[in-house]
Order: sequence, then structure tokens, then C-alpha cells
Amino acid sequence: MYAYDELDRTLINERVSEFRDQVTRRLSGELTEDEFKILRLQNGVYLQLHAYMFRVAIPYGTLSSKQLRRFAHVARRYDRGYGHFTTRQNIQFNWIKLAELPDALADLAEVGIHAMQTSGNNMRNVTSDQWAGVAPGEIEDPRIWSELIRQHTTLHPEFSFLPRKFKIAITAAEHDRAAIKIHDIGLRLHKNADGETGFEVLVGGGLGRTPFIAKTIKPFVSGRDILSYIEAILRVYNQYGRRDNIYKARIKILVHELGIEKFAKEVDEEWKAMGDVGLTLDHTAIEEVRSRFSYPAYEKLPHMPDELKQAAHDKLFERWRKNSVSAHKVQGYSIVTLSLKPVGGPPGDASAEQMDAVADLADKYSFGEIRVGHEQNLALPHVAKRDLPALFKALDRLGLATPNVNLVTDIIACPGLDYCSLANARSIPIAQELTRRFANHDTADLIGRLHINISGCINACGHHHVGHIGILGVEKNGEEFYQITIGGRADENAQLGTLIGPAVPYAEVADVIEDIVEAYLALRDRPEELFVDTVKRLGVEPIRERVYATR
Amino acid sequence: MVTANRTWDGAVVYRTAKQGWSTELSDSAIVTTSDEARALLAEATADDVGAVGPYIAPVELKDGGKVKPGNLREHIRAKGVTIDLQVPA
Repeated sequence: MYAYDELDRTLINERVSEFRDQVTRRLSGELTEDEFKILRLQNGVYLQLHAYMFRVAIPYGTLSSKQLRRFAHVARRYDRGYGHFTTRQNIQFNWIKLAELPDALADLAEVGIHAMQTSGNNMRNVTSDQWAGVAPGEIEDPRIWSELIRQHTTLHPEFSFLPRKFKIAITAAEHDRAAIKIHDIGLRLHKNADGETGFEVLVGGGLGRTPFIAKTIKPFVSGRDILSYIEAILRVYNQYGRRDNIYKARIKILVHELGIEKFAKEVDEEWKAMGDVGLTLDHTAIEEVRSRFSYPAYEKLPHMPDELKQAAHDKLFERWRKNSVSAHKVQGYSIVTLSLKPVGGPPGDASAEQMDAVADLADKYSFGEIRVGHEQNLALPHVAKRDLPALFKALDRLGLATPNVNLVTDIIACPGLDYCSLANARSIPIAQELTRRFANHDTADLIGRLHINISGCINACGHHHVGHIGILGVEKNGEEFYQITIGGRADENAQLGTLIGPAVPYAEVADVIEDIVEAYLALRDRPEELFVDTVKRLGVEPIRERVYATR
Repeated sequence: MVTANRTWDGAVVYRTAKQGWSTELSDSAIVTTSDEARALLAEATADDVGAVGPYIAPVELKDGGKVKPGNLREHIRAKGVTIDLQVPA
């Protein structure tokens, strides 16, 4: 966990007071909506189809039990009893009243939570691996760097009015769980030949209307120089990024139009010209932030405790353990993923009761800590293996032990037309129907790792371009249609999916997806060959032929 | 008709013939020409304190004068989300 210092607490509280005043002036008519809109967006407040939507940051996906309980409180007191975890380590409340927002913000501020820069053309929440600090083989905890970047960029005047929103993600593990290659800047922590810790810096990733996979701009930037190097990138973007056309304003367009070599040269020249601007991170500065992260006092525990051996005969427990429990860097401990994808449920939603209960379980079994991943699931990062059977029983009672992590029903979906003012088509009902079609866990296990991503419009909040199967809702003559891509992925081998055929109407989407999965099962080389690898080996055509032959 | 979201709570509202706002679609002022629609929108837009983002939206007039939303988006705004909101407790 990270403990905010007095400066952060003051900043958050001052922002609450400022926003309260702005809301009062808006409601009295002193501020017009045009004047107020940019102010509310700077505090994560959107206006959606039915109501205001309030997006709250979960920096690098780390929450304390106290903070999660406060989310439950906000859901219960100011909303309709639930919240929605997003693909960028935020939580959204869908039904908040503007008049009550300052109170909700104040309640969150008491536990060090804020909504600054969760919207608007600024530096958004700096995200990271939800297993940060506990993943085996990790170079070091990437959240330290996320926090250093957060501190530097929060309310930074030069980054507050960028051409467009700007997103950074950091990973320090071999397997990229933070989807860094679809971010404006992706940072991969590694060590150079001298053993020094630094970053491979990637730029220009992003989805939306014009998707791109990020490209490496510099293979190694020392940790001490990372703030100044990011600043140089942002300066080049600020100078050359387009402000005349919202569809061409993201840095990915600039990188594409200039070419990565020219862009890299511009950044290097800017970096050199900046000279020493006081952004070099010395050992003390890094250690100061590192010292504010607290780590559990782990016990010395056996690799295979008796409790685990005794529970091995329980088939339901074993299925869940194999699916949702992952290796921890400390012997005797595990990382447990809590699926927020129950069969028939909206992906990523959690009720206030579930949030309270997970907070209690975190206190009992995970040193009071919870993580949030971009896949819209939660995790308990420090569970002693001896506690796994008891934890499973508790999670099962809460509907949080669906053994479908990374399987076909672990669907990432945006809110879609049920909530979002930008959407053209619904996402959630498609996801719900698919979870019902693939509800049999034996079938899902047989299929293996398969990520389905659904977006209700081209803005791609459901990351459909990088789904193993991607589903994009479009509107045709007033009807919902869906384009389907296959072969995308968001990990260290990130790539964009390929369109498999003509768009299909709402009622046929689940049938088509079933046919795609059946085609894969027939075509895969062996049971261990994952869907995405079969597509890579064979290309789209053999699957297209089977799926569209009779359509 | 002209619809918007109420400023203080964001609720879906419809412009009425009495130059006010109602949460009931059946209370909305229905216009049938583009000039009337533009006039209704201009009048609604002037009430910036009452509601946010007014726009012209289609309706269907059923037999007996019943007013129905004219497309899926307006149907969802009028009737609520199409999914079961209940998340497992």
C-alpha cells in the first residue's frame, strides 16, 4: 500500500472544496454548462444517457480495504448500490446526482481517493500490473514509478491542456498484464547490461477509431531520467499534436504521421535542449517514494500446507484454484483473482455488499489489500495458501468464485448503449448472452484461454481491437450490428485483430461467436494450442470459411 | 420532441408545451415540422440552468395518441437499461 503524505492530502481536500464551489455556482446559474463542463470533466464527471457518471481513480490498481469500503458507501449512499470497474483501473458510478457529487468526493477524500484527471485532455491515471510487487520474476515494483510519474504530472500546467487525453502504463514483469502497447506511452522496466534499472519506452499505442500498437522509441532510459524523458515526449506532442481535429489529436497519429524515427529524433533533440530542469531522480527521491509503499510482514510458510492437501479432493475448489489462483513471489502465498464476470452478469460490476465483503476478506486473508486489473476483475494479492479453501468458500457465497479467469466468459466490455452517450450499440447484453452460451465450465476449460472484448462504439473502451475475439457495435439504419475481429491480443505480443466478415445483427452475434469457437476447436493443432495461436498459424481465412459458409 | 438531462441530478427530461421539463415522455411537446422543432430546441436551450444538452429526438405516435421513443437510444433513456441491474450480492 502507498501512504499519501500531507501534500497529497491537502491537494485532494482543496480540490473537493474547489469543486463544491463550482457545483454550487453551476446549480445557481452563475456558471453555464459550457463553462462548467471542463471543470466537471477535470473531476471525472461525465453526463451519460440517464445521469451523471462519476469516474474515480484507483492509482496503479491498488486499494486498501478501507478504500474499497468507501466505494461501497458511495455506491449505497449516492448511487444505486453498485459500481463498475473499468479497463483502466478506475471505478465508475452510473447514477450520481450532481448536487451530491461534492459530498461523495469529500467522503472519498477522507480515505485518500480522488477523481482528478480521470477525464479531460490531460495525463490520466497511470496504470500498472495488478500483480505489481507480488509477481514472481518481476524486476521491481512498477508502482513506485507509477507514483513518481503521478506526482510529477498531477495538475502539471504543461500537461493540463494537451491536444487530447494521455495514458501511461507500466509493467515490470515478463508477461505484460498492463497492456502497455496500447497506451500513449508504455514503459517496460528492465535492466541493462550493467545491471542498471530503466525502461524500454514505447509510444503511440492506442485503440479507438485509428488503432495502433505502440512502437519502441528508446530501448533503455535510466530510471533516474524517466521523468525528463517523458517530459520531452510530452513537449514534442504538445508542440506538434493536432488541436484542429479531435480524431487526429492523439499522439499515435503524430507518431504515425512523422514516423517513429523522426518522432524519436524530435524527442531526443528536445530532451537534449531541456538540459537539467531538475527532473533527474536521485536515489533519495526514489527511495522516498519507495518508503511510502508498505509491504506485508509475510510469514515463513510451507509451499504445500496441509489445508491445501486436504482440499484437493473438492472438485469445485480444485477447478477454482487451478483457474483463479496464481503463483506469488513469496513461498506459501498466492495471488487470487476474483472474477467479476458471473454467468449472466454485467462484466466488471460489483455491488456495495460485494465490495464490503471483499474488503472484509482482504482484512482477513490479504493484509487488507485489494488490486484492480484492466480485465475488470479484482485480486487479493497476498493470500496464504493455507487460507485458500476458506477463502474459496467465502468467495463462492458472494458470487465471486466463477472459475473463468482468462477463459471465454471472462469478457471485457464497455458500458455500451445501456449507459453511454457515445455508444451506437449495446455491449453488456451481448456479454451476458455469451456467458450463458458458454456457462458450462468444462466447455470453457476445453476451449482454453480466450479473451472476448466488446465495445459499443468505435471509441473502443472495451478494447475490441485487441480481443482474441473482438466485437464492435455499430449502427446501421437504426439497427444494432456488430463487426467481429479475431487474432488480436493485448499482451507483450500485442497485435490488432482482423475483421472476419460482414457485420451481423444483434440477434446473431452469439451464434457467430459459437461458430468461431467451434471452428477453432476443429482447426487447432492440439488442445494446448490457444485460440490466438491457431489464428496466427492459419490466418483468418479457414475460420472465416467455416463461420460464413452458411451465412 | 426535445429531450435533455436535468442539471441537478442528470435525470432524463422532456421539454413540455408549457416551457418546462418533465420526466415523462407523455408530457413532451410533440412537433412535426423542422421549424417547430428548431423553435422548441431554441427555447429549451435557453434554459441552461434547468437542463443540459437539449436535442431533438424522434418519437412514434401510436394509435390513441400514445407517444413512444423513436429509436433504441431514446427507448433506453426513457425506460432504463435493458439489462438486469441486479448484481449478485
